[in-house]
Amino acid sequence: MPKLTIDGREVEVAPGTTLIEAARRLAIHIPHYCYHRGLSIAGNCRMCLVEVEGVPKMMIACHTQAADGMVVHTDNDKCREYRAAILEFILVNHPLDCPVCDQAGECKLQNYYMEHGTAGSRVDEDKVKKRAKAKQIGPNIMLDSERCILCSRCVRFTDEITHTHELGITERADHSEITLAPGAWLDNRYAGCVVDLCPVGALTDRDFRFKCRVWYLTAVDSICTGCARGCNITIHVNRDRPHKAGGTRVMRYKPRENPAVNQWWMCDAGRYSYKQIDHERVDSAAVDGRPVAVEQALDASAAALKRAAAAVAVLCATTATNEELFLARALFAGALGGHAAYLAPPQGEQDDLLLLADQSPNTRGAQEILGTEVRDPVGWVKAHGVKAVVVVGEADLTGLKAEVDHLTVIATHPGKAAAQAHVLLPGSVHAEVEGTFTNHAGRVQRLRVAVPPIRGAVETWRLLLELAGRLGHPFDFAFEDDIFAALASQLAPFAGLSHDNLGRRGALLGSGAPQPTEVV
Amino acid sequence: MSAPKLLSANFGSEVSFHLDHYLERGGYEQARRVLAEMAPEAVIDQVKQAKLRGCGGAGFPTGMKWSFIPKGGAKPVYLAVNADEGEPGTFKDKYLLTYEPHMLLEGMLICAKAVGCHKAYIYVRGEFDLPIARMEGAVAEAYDRGYLGPDVMGSGFAFDVVVHRGGGAYICGEETALLESLEGKPGHPRLKPPFPALVGLNGCPTVINNVETLALVPHLLRLGAGAFLDLGVPTQGGTKLYCVSGQVNRPGIFEASPSVTLRQLIDDYAGGVRGGAKLKAVIPGGLSAPVLKPDELDTEASFEGLKQVGSMLGSAGLIVMDESVCMVEAMRTITQFYAHESCGQCTPCREGTGWLRRIVERILAGHGRAEDTDNLDSIARKITGTTICPLGDAAAWPVMGFVEKFRDEFEYYCRTGHSRVSGARVAG
Repeated sequence: MPKLTIDGREVEVAPGTTLIEAARRLAIHIPHYCYHRGLSIAGNCRMCLVEVEGVPKMMIACHTQAADGMVVHTDNDKCREYRAAILEFILVNHPLDCPVCDQAGECKLQNYYMEHGTAGSRVDEDKVKKRAKAKQIGPNIMLDSERCILCSRCVRFTDEITHTHELGITERADHSEITLAPGAWLDNRYAGCVVDLCPVGALTDRDFRFKCRVWYLTAVDSICTGCARGCNITIHVNRDRPHKAGGTRVMRYKPRENPAVNQWWMCDAGRYSYKQIDHERVDSAAVDGRPVAVEQALDASAAALKRAAAAVAVLCATTATNEELFLARALFAGALGGHAAYLAPPQGEQDDLLLLADQSPNTRGAQEILGTEVRDPVGWVKAHGVKAVVVVGEADLTGLKAEVDHLTVIATHPGKAAAQAHVLLPGSVHAEVEGTFTNHAGRVQRLRVAVPPIRGAVETWRLLLELAGRLGHPFDFAFEDDIFAALASQLAPFAGLSHDNLGRRGALLGSGAPQPTEVV
Repeated sequence: MSAPKLLSANFGSEVSFHLDHYLERGGYEQARRVLAEMAPEAVIDQVKQAKLRGCGGAGFPTGMKWSFIPKGGAKPVYLAVNADEGEPGTFKDKYLLTYEPHMLLEGMLICAKAVGCHKAYIYVRGEFDLPIARMEGAVAEAYDRGYLGPDVMGSGFAFDVVVHRGGGAYICGEETALLESLEGKPGHPRLKPPFPALVGLNGCPTVINNVETLALVPHLLRLGAGAFLDLGVPTQGGTKLYCVSGQVNRPGIFEASPSVTLRQLIDDYAGGVRGGAKLKAVIPGGLSAPVLKPDELDTEASFEGLKQVGSMLGSAGLIVMDESVCMVEAMRTITQFYAHESCGQCTPCREGTGWLRRIVERILAGHGRAEDTDNLDSIARKITGTTICPLGDAAAWPVMGFVEKFRDEFEYYCRTGHSRVSGARVAG
């Protein structure tokens, strides 16, 4: 195991470890553009030049392997001088259009130049004009070649991760450009990732372009609800300037690194699913189709459930959080002596990268907490003699209303379930609650509140607590973490887990406690 | 002028490129002997003892390069012949391809035996129409007559050769860009390590040698290592081809011992400066080599000799300039070349070469500024040593050399807006 010294600190690393990774172990950040841990090493940006004692040339930290006894400097005068020189080279042809560039505020060129650049400019030459200026290269992607610093991350992504090879670099010298392969269109399932990878504003997302300056955004950790993979994401919320985007609260999803789940990536279907959060929400309670206050609707639902006594059931969609599922189970199967089950999740396409056929984020949680899967709700209520049903989430309930005396639906969007309801209650989506999902592999992962429930809606877990109270079975839960604590104490696979100790990367069912998280 | 003409005796011949002519001169005898009776290690030892050095530009010891190839590995070993001669001022390899294609093939056969290689590619500069035709003709002849193929000269040794026409990019003369190009990819140099001796063409061990280097190998074996070394200097055996161009009376290609001086090459071989004009500057080793002034010309034109005066032998292309040359204008030609030929892969070369070119063009247009001369030098210094391949150094060294040795000419142009030499201003 080579032991080396970086900026005066010793570190021992596995053979083959590069200097940039060895430094990362010491929480030393070496500036870089082309290097990305999920991609092959290109070594073309030269931003990570460091000094290795005894080596006359500056060495790139992304490619140079640690050797025993090596003494490395990453931030001495020489390093800073070369870093400034590389930044100066990059800016020779980079347009100074930051005021109209979407990347401004999250641009690695801006950020590094602030930290490492020279204050003045000695470039007085015309910049090279390139062919692709604001050119659409895929359904969601725009290319601005003049902003491109040719780090080749996007090319390597399409070569190495999606294996779709849409992109290449053509021309030579300072006329080099990212180009679509002949006849190609950047429309693979993961194309949006090239925008995340682009360190500058060369690749931008048509969905986000010119909608919001990034410094108005707040990033909140969450989990994508597109499929059972449970890709780790951040939800970017426009809290400061909602009027700038027509009141839209959630502006975008960005993938968040989790080596055990999605590495650095997410699919476009998931990426753009944020639009559902504010789109055509159920924002009012209703009884028999008439809008009423939520309290009135809860009263009506509770009265109907009481009439049915123990002939009650809850059917949960697999979009419900573990906390919501546990409350549903505790109330209906526990306190009321009825039934609790989950609705079979809808299936879609899958691929060999991330996307899974199961399109629900919490099927595994429902399996663990509710156990019973229901494919035919009508047949199931008949078989169990159920008189009153509460459905949490969306499902095709055709014919169910006719089979039971009462149907309450807690819905977030108008749909097949909401249309059937005697009592409709406006519930919450994942971005509006604290909670957890359990992904297909049994990893319990946290959701954080990104936005409050949309005007008119109530957190689903609060609706369930309110019903419980009205049915004479109040639970002593103040917040979602209390519910999870009860869940962890009652269901063995969740034992030892808590909202606090799940961390940013979650923990596997049965692990008792989360694995220590890696330094980021 | 006593060195024997090992390589150039038949330059200009109408017949030397035919197999029969080569055989009449004892051709393929050394390859036959090596294939029949010499162990690979013995061949490599001879090449090492003879101090044969790579003639592509770097002067790397050839025997050492061959010895880096792993013995008995599972992967095939390739030989790639670098015939992508593109260094401005250099035109020796195209003569060898045109007039002595079989000499190259014989050298390749000997190398192949030494490193255990059975397949070779000759990567020829795309513009070399006649040299490519001659080389292809020679390869066809050699296959027909059993000097290439599954059983070379009845030795049981198989050896295949493919002539590959390049696309006309200077960068593909850089050995790893050449490999990328051979693999059908853009000519972008690779990060090293790994070096081609371990991971080269198609991921397999690969020897990459220059044409002249390999053409010397049959002579080395014929003469023996000692006699071959005696032809040169203690650090560099054999003769050397020198290309002399520019303002001389007899520009051309000359074979000499590397003990020859630059002044001898210019005065004795190339007939002196044209029209008896006064010599101003010499670029000794192809465009990339730092420029020398007249008082530095008594230097031995060997790899080590030129290193000692801060320049290099490189590809042995001497570009001679007399007093009528404006160094700022000459700088434009040089910076334009590298700005055009940079592959664009890594930042300092991609952006720096174009930046240097634009500054020089602005000076020539009469818009120079006091700080431009210093800026040219400092920009070049940040290109050297920071790039993936040596093209960055090659682009930067001439700038640093010109500014160091002709600073007053640059400063004068910046100050006055016109050339001190010609009085002219180049329209911007």
